[in-house]
Amino acid sequence: MGNRKHAVIIGNGIAGVTAARHIRKNSDMEITIISSETKHFFSRTALMYIYMGHMKYEHTKPYEDSFWKKNRIELLQEYVTDIDTDQKKVALQSGDALRYDSLIIATGSKPNKFGWPGQDLPQVQGLYSKQDLDKLEKNAPNNAVCKRAVIVGGGLIGIEMAEMLLSRNIPITFLIREDSFWDGVLPQGDSELITRHIFKHHVDIRLATNLKEIHADASGNVKSITLAETGEEIQCDVVGLTAGVSPNIDFLKDTSIETKHGVLVNRQLETNIPDVYAIGDCAEQHEGIGNRRPIEAVWYTGRMMGEAVAQTICGHRREYNPGHWFNSAKFLDIEYQTYGWVFAAPRDGETHFHWRHADDDKCITISYDKSTRLFIGINTFGIRLRHETMDRWLTEQRDVDYVLQHLKEANFDPEFYRHYEKEILNSFTSQTNQITNA
Amino acid sequence: MSLASPDTYSLSNKQKLALSLGTIGLLILVLAFANFGLSANIWVLALALGLISTGVVLYARAAYLDKIPGIKNDGVWYKSISSRGILGWLTGVVLTSFYIVLYFYPNLLGLGVDGAANTGLIALFDPLSQLLSGRDASQWFVYGTLYTVAILAFGYKFMLKYKHNKYQQLRTGSVMFFQLGFAFLIPEFMYRLNSDLPYYDLKSMWPLNYYIFDEWSVKAFLSSGNIGLGLIIFGIVSVFVISPILTYKYGKRWYCSWVCGCGGLAETAGDAFRQLSDKSTGAWKLERWLIHTVLVFSVLMTTAVIYTYLGYDSNNFWLTKDLFIKLVIGFLTLVFAVIMIFKHKELGKDAKYGAIGYFVLLVALLVMHFTGTTEEVFYIKASSLRAAYGLYIGSIFSGVIGTGFYPILGNRAWCRFGCPMAAVLGFQQRMFSKFRITTNGGQCISCGNCSTYCEMGIDVRAYAQKGENIVRSSCVGCGICAAVCPRGVLKLENGALEGRINSNDILLGNDTELRDLINKQK
Repeated sequence: MGNRKHAVIIGNGIAGVTAARHIRKNSDMEITIISSETKHFFSRTALMYIYMGHMKYEHTKPYEDSFWKKNRIELLQEYVTDIDTDQKKVALQSGDALRYDSLIIATGSKPNKFGWPGQDLPQVQGLYSKQDLDKLEKNAPNNAVCKRAVIVGGGLIGIEMAEMLLSRNIPITFLIREDSFWDGVLPQGDSELITRHIFKHHVDIRLATNLKEIHADASGNVKSITLAETGEEIQCDVVGLTAGVSPNIDFLKDTSIETKHGVLVNRQLETNIPDVYAIGDCAEQHEGIGNRRPIEAVWYTGRMMGEAVAQTICGHRREYNPGHWFNSAKFLDIEYQTYGWVFAAPRDGETHFHWRHADDDKCITISYDKSTRLFIGINTFGIRLRHETMDRWLTEQRDVDYVLQHLKEANFDPEFYRHYEKEILNSFTSQTNQITNA
Repeated sequence: MSLASPDTYSLSNKQKLALSLGTIGLLILVLAFANFGLSANIWVLALALGLISTGVVLYARAAYLDKIPGIKNDGVWYKSISSRGILGWLTGVVLTSFYIVLYFYPNLLGLGVDGAANTGLIALFDPLSQLLSGRDASQWFVYGTLYTVAILAFGYKFMLKYKHNKYQQLRTGSVMFFQLGFAFLIPEFMYRLNSDLPYYDLKSMWPLNYYIFDEWSVKAFLSSGNIGLGLIIFGIVSVFVISPILTYKYGKRWYCSWVCGCGGLAETAGDAFRQLSDKSTGAWKLERWLIHTVLVFSVLMTTAVIYTYLGYDSNNFWLTKDLFIKLVIGFLTLVFAVIMIFKHKELGKDAKYGAIGYFVLLVALLVMHFTGTTEEVFYIKASSLRAAYGLYIGSIFSGVIGTGFYPILGNRAWCRFGCPMAAVLGFQQRMFSKFRITTNGGQCISCGNCSTYCEMGIDVRAYAQKGENIVRSSCVGCGICAAVCPRGVLKLENGALEGRINSNDILLGNDTELRDLINKQK
């Protein structure tokens, strides 16, 4: 190994890989990435498209296989069983151990289970890893083998799983605990639009409904579920558990690394143990940064933490200091983007402006301060916005009137698309009757 | 398609009916080909082409009409036809065979030689040809008709598939219009008006239209009075004036994705194969060598061909061999100098290859000049050079490989690896154009849909995940990457030249100070 320092990264998702790339840019350290999931980095968010036949596994790899050797990043397909933080060694399942100078924990998440009877049956699964994808391919290859699937939990992974199964014409029952899809995050108007869109795809969506139990047939395979509220039994062959994720850190329980739900880190992404860092979905801030949650299980934040921690490891100690919040998703055919903060219910002093297109496939919600009219955030559905412009307006602390009058500048839809800015502005004017052409 | 796995992607009854109709239509053509005693009646042809078109249209309607608008790529990699399965290979073999027969054995299609009447498939098209231009059909008329039908029928399918996307619909309408009008009908009508005019597709520019400056072609134009003279001037102006202006304003897409017939077929009938293009860096390397070699070859060949039929004496015609070769060298030097002076930085490592290309051309031209005669250049006949180009590039590369191999190499193999016109436009696009594909800050999730569906084999994601705009000479601006992106990351735009090519180590959304610091360090 020579005299060079060794950075070991556990987890080859976007967080770990970004950290590795930036450590390479900034140093000559040895770098090893350990993952038991796959040899090479792939885009987790693209797993759904493999099942849907849009892409093959190799298309989901953002870097050619030769990239790693070229950049002197060692890949180790192994499972870490324990970490000896005194000796600075990670123990591998094969019995080998690996010495490190800096250790980054970037092991991501695992699907939540809430102790439902039958939750460990072979056809009950989440959708997070490559192994989950392979399992779904086996459990639900077509609608002859899987005559109906039940999805439990109305979040981002739930809707993706629904889209996957729909692509193979598998009937779906979608159990959602809330009164409307993802309404803990989305304002009512947005949430209801998506709920109606899911209905349009002929998904049997059950709102305000919980799972009670999963039943097996004589040979131990899933045959049905029962609902908590009504006791109704629904025949099915596959149950998707998509009720959120939590940090995948069980292997740390015998170490002295401090954990809560995730690995606790400070703003520099350092754990309580020197030279041990945690980033991505599995890292937990002592306190959320700004309005962010202490655990951010989002693609972009994983990448940003990787960018930040690499600086610290390479001797430029820095805080993880994310800019304005943004995110995006796609709900079946409707794209969603968000910039700044739009909470499900306006916070004190805030109010929401909501506009919906007559076709019921586009809407926006803007959150702003009632008294100062400060623009706080925007959700768009079916309309693309330019990240750079929205980010600049948030930094410049524009008021809601400015944003609505200049919304066209932020439009990112393809050329020749119809524009709705005028309609949106008119709607805002008539709703508030306050705006003037000042 | 029946070989699709998983079997969920089997066809609906409507689609089966549509396929049957289309197959019957094709069968009629095959019967004609086999000289099965079909009468060369315009109604038989109408029936065949009508059944084929109806089949495609009905198939498309069954697939997309009642569906909620959105991306329709379900099962693409499970279907045999679109994933290099058995059906894909079979289709490739059939198409390739057709091209070989078309280019090299037109007599098999029934072309009457030495004034004999057409038979077989070509005879079936005689009535339509008579109707349009008043002459019997040739193999090229048969090909042109089928080509146009394919663009129209599959263009309809494409428009339904992308019914939510105005950009896709408009550019498809545009290629359908240019194919039907400019490539098919107008040349036939022009022949009716003036039978001395050579076939001339107004939108087909040199060097794609490599025969426009052939002696027979130029003579025919010049002997057709003012119309002919006007047409050849238009041909020259479109290469040197119109095309650079449009490419500067809109990128090469104005041609490749809105006007061009090769592009038109690729985007319509070839759409199902766009994901088969090779995205490796190796393929990119090959592409750059190959397409520029073809360009050099075509410049050299055209110059040689023109050179041989020009005279020595300026009293006969102002453009002599000597003056012509000086003009060509002067023009190439001007282009080379401008690029090296103003765009050296943007070229980077490629500057070296550009210089090599330039000097190879220059030396070749000089050698040609000093060894050339009226008959020969490089001690070989200019006509042989021209024949070689026509055979290897014009026929084998663009037709047999370019289209015949759709189901294997993807739908733009010719446009990417061979088309000299694409090389010229691409060069302009990379150097002097307002066009770029903008990446939307930090929104990319590296899923890979953009790269997978890029027919030109550009690894779009490699740029998008760096927050970098895509400015590539090969990009034909089809806009599919932006359409299939699930996060709204890509946008085709014409904008200011400044900041067109950008690159960020830290993307928008992270610590602004860190971003500025790192991006400045570079």
